[in-house]
Amino acid sequence: MERTTIDLWFGAFVSVGFAALLILALKVGNLGAEGQKETYRVEARFDNIGGLKVRAPVKSAGVLVGRVQEMHFDNERFQASVTLALDKRFQFPKDTSASILTSGLLGEVYVGLDAGGDDKKLADGDRITLTQSAVVLERLIGQFLFSKAQEEPAKK
Amino acid sequence: MLERIRRPLVQLGHKFVEGVWRVGVMARFFVLVLAASGTSFSRFRLVMREVYFVGVLSLVIIAVSGLFVGMVLGLQGFETLQRYGAQESIGMLVALSLVRELGPVVSALLFASRAGSAITAEIGLMKATEQLTAMDMMAVSPMARVIAPRFWAGVISLPLLAAIFSAMGVFGGYLVGVVLIGVDSGAFWAQMQAAVDFRYDVLNGVIKSMAFAVAVSVIATFEGFDAPPTAEGVSRATTRTVVSSALTILSLDLVLTAFMLRADD
Repeated sequence: MERTTIDLWFGAFVSVGFAALLILALKVGNLGAEGQKETYRVEARFDNIGGLKVRAPVKSAGVLVGRVQEMHFDNERFQASVTLALDKRFQFPKDTSASILTSGLLGEVYVGLDAGGDDKKLADGDRITLTQSAVVLERLIGQFLFSKAQEEPAKK
Repeated sequence: MLERIRRPLVQLGHKFVEGVWRVGVMARFFVLVLAASGTSFSRFRLVMREVYFVGVLSLVIIAVSGLFVGMVLGLQGFETLQRYGAQESIGMLVALSLVRELGPVVSALLFASRAGSAITAEIGLMKATEQLTAMDMMAVSPMARVIAPRFWAGVISLPLLAAIFSAMGVFGGYLVGVVLIGVDSGAFWAQMQAAVDFRYDVLNGVIKSMAFAVAVSVIATFEGFDAPPTAEGVSRATTRTVVSSALTILSLDLVLTAFMLRADD
């Protein structure tokens, strides 16, 4: 088959296009950082999950170890049930506690894991029993005002 | 008196019916192009030649526009983000707006005016000079030989051009944000990678540009094929390609974005 300059241009154009896609996927997106890594799923129940979103990060000691996979309202316990997909490389003790935290005052909401001391490790489908709910700023302010109001008469 | 009211109403109705008629014919045309696409793939050289004209020759305008759009986004974003002390988020802002919206939309608009109008003019002129009829006479289907390769060339080129546009835009944002303003390079890329999801952002952008590619290619080839065989007819068809492509791209973008955001959360 004879070659023409059109072939060269076509090849160059398609390669440049796919290179751009690859850059978008790896350098701009998160495909390189966390592609299709193997995960195991752990469930946790919270009284209040605040502004947690699906795909929010799960961090332990500030390092990303997984993502929030799914969450729904448990209508029997009236709690939020959150499923976390954790990286297989990181194994946590059975008595690990999960809390909902915010990075900074306006930052994103994430799930923080604090490892416990149990010898057994969390496996796929397990539940984290020790949980701490999100801090609701309005309630905190309400409590603060309430305690202030109680203090006032005592001083007089 | 009655005649005075009747005339504009009749004209309005005629315009509306004409529009509906065109949409119907365009749908039939689309099916015919797909049915005649076999030749485009068995003789792929035909498509490659057209990719050279609509894709390769659009590279410069797409790359340069992407660079400038990215740089402007960087500057404007910095202006606002700095008030909240969040200059590092500039990478996230530039990348998200490019990958999700501006990349597919602006490159499709540029493509429609750079390549779509050329396709329309070429096919329209071929029709006006009776080249298409001559082909028919020689038992060469103009649908398979002329229209389908141009259609597929558009469908192949635009998603790649949109990716190049977005990549160049991110590079432009990097130039302004990191090199010019002095945002930390590590934070720039890290925030970007934390926010841009491959499936939800990058892949959705590619799907969008594929939809735009089909729309622009169908409109461009149809307008050319449908153009009245006069100089004025071809010129009007070219204008119509650009106008209706732009409207289609923008309205399609709204619909696609609504679907994609719904699927997201």
